[in-house]
Amino acid sequence: MTTPQVQPPKLRFATVWLAGCSGCHMSFLDLDEWLFELAAAVEIVYSPVASDIKVFPEGVDLCLVEGAVANADNLALALQLRARSKLVVSFGDCAVSANVPGLRNLWAGVAGGSRQSVLERGYVELADRGAQHPHAPGIVPELLERVLPLHEVIAVDYFLPGCPPSAERIREFLEDLLRGERPQQQGAEQLRFG
Amino acid sequence: MTQASPSITLQINGQPCTVAADATLLQAIRSAGLQVPTLCHLDGLTPVGACRLCLVDLEGHPKLEPACVTTAAEGMVVHTHTPELESYRRMAVELFFAEGNHVCAFCVANGACELQDVAVEVGMDHSRFPYQYPKRHVDASHALFGLDHHRCILCTRCVRMCDEIEGAHVWDVGYRGSACSIIAGLDQPWGEVEACTSCGKCVDACPTGALFRKQDATAEKQPHPERAQQLAEARTDRRWHNQ
Repeated sequence: MTTPQVQPPKLRFATVWLAGCSGCHMSFLDLDEWLFELAAAVEIVYSPVASDIKVFPEGVDLCLVEGAVANADNLALALQLRARSKLVVSFGDCAVSANVPGLRNLWAGVAGGSRQSVLERGYVELADRGAQHPHAPGIVPELLERVLPLHEVIAVDYFLPGCPPSAERIREFLEDLLRGERPQQQGAEQLRFG
Repeated sequence: MTQASPSITLQINGQPCTVAADATLLQAIRSAGLQVPTLCHLDGLTPVGACRLCLVDLEGHPKLEPACVTTAAEGMVVHTHTPELESYRRMAVELFFAEGNHVCAFCVANGACELQDVAVEVGMDHSRFPYQYPKRHVDASHALFGLDHHRCILCTRCVRMCDEIEGAHVWDVGYRGSACSIIAGLDQPWGEVEACTSCGKCVDACPTGALFRKQDATAEKQPHPERAQQLAEARTDRRWHNQ
């Protein structure tokens, strides 16, 4: 008779998509067959590409966060995921530095500020017809005045730069973490921006 | 017969090292097979000690000194990678990123940028300083080249390249403090400066994507930092003189 093996609980893993182009998640999907190994090692409890759960759950062990914090929804989710996750990773250049979404901060100092300027440009100046500002309270989240990198909003445990970080870079980083080790993160292959 | 120049011996990271008496500390460090990060330095141009990345610790000396503009001296005891230096270097690189608008994702120099290189070298995975988003502009008035001030780190390699190697002195540094910027001519649009010979040497010398060829799109810039040294040596050695 065999004794039933007690499996250790799987690491609860989440990925989050804030203000980014989803390129980091596409790079994550480029992990291809290694995703099977990851799926065997973790339980994916929240992710725009690997789960259909709509509310960020409690008790997350590891959370990769793509994108900058640009609107009220991003901000609320960032605060929520921090409160519910042990380890938070800034995943890609937008989370690390605000990157392309942060470019509207160049208008933060002008009259009306960056929020007004970007809406005016996008919805009024460049409109062919029917120019109007979007207005749907409770549906379309309000833009924040400044787009912020994740670590200016919540405490971040690790930074994984890259636009996007390559699948290889993501794999090496996750492999170290899954082994319970601090990721090496040295050299251009692991650290280079862009 | 050439006379051997007098040499001096110093110690770098515990390693004895003999160099010519007029060598800089940076030359001594490299001749010992060691490295310190640099950005404003370019072999072939006069060193200026602007970027502060090559700061080294000299035993018995009260402050850190930039290796590129410090002359090696007999008996010096030099340390290039103390924890203090490494911490300052990373801070300096983070400040470079926070000071300008360095968005690597769509930069001509992405993948061939010395600012990216030094960020890797000092182990920078993010900037602890908030990005400043200064209002800067792009000068696209020249027929062949452009200057994107957003990506300029004020290393002045273009200024020295144009002055010392090309002899045209198109570039200068204008304004003060956070408004400091590279200017063409008398702060004119680059394309209107008659002194410019359109040689492109400034573009070759630029460590980032600030100076670029107009035909280059994202990640297509191919800088040639070796050209300053090549031209300086060729002239000293009269390599192309009546051959």
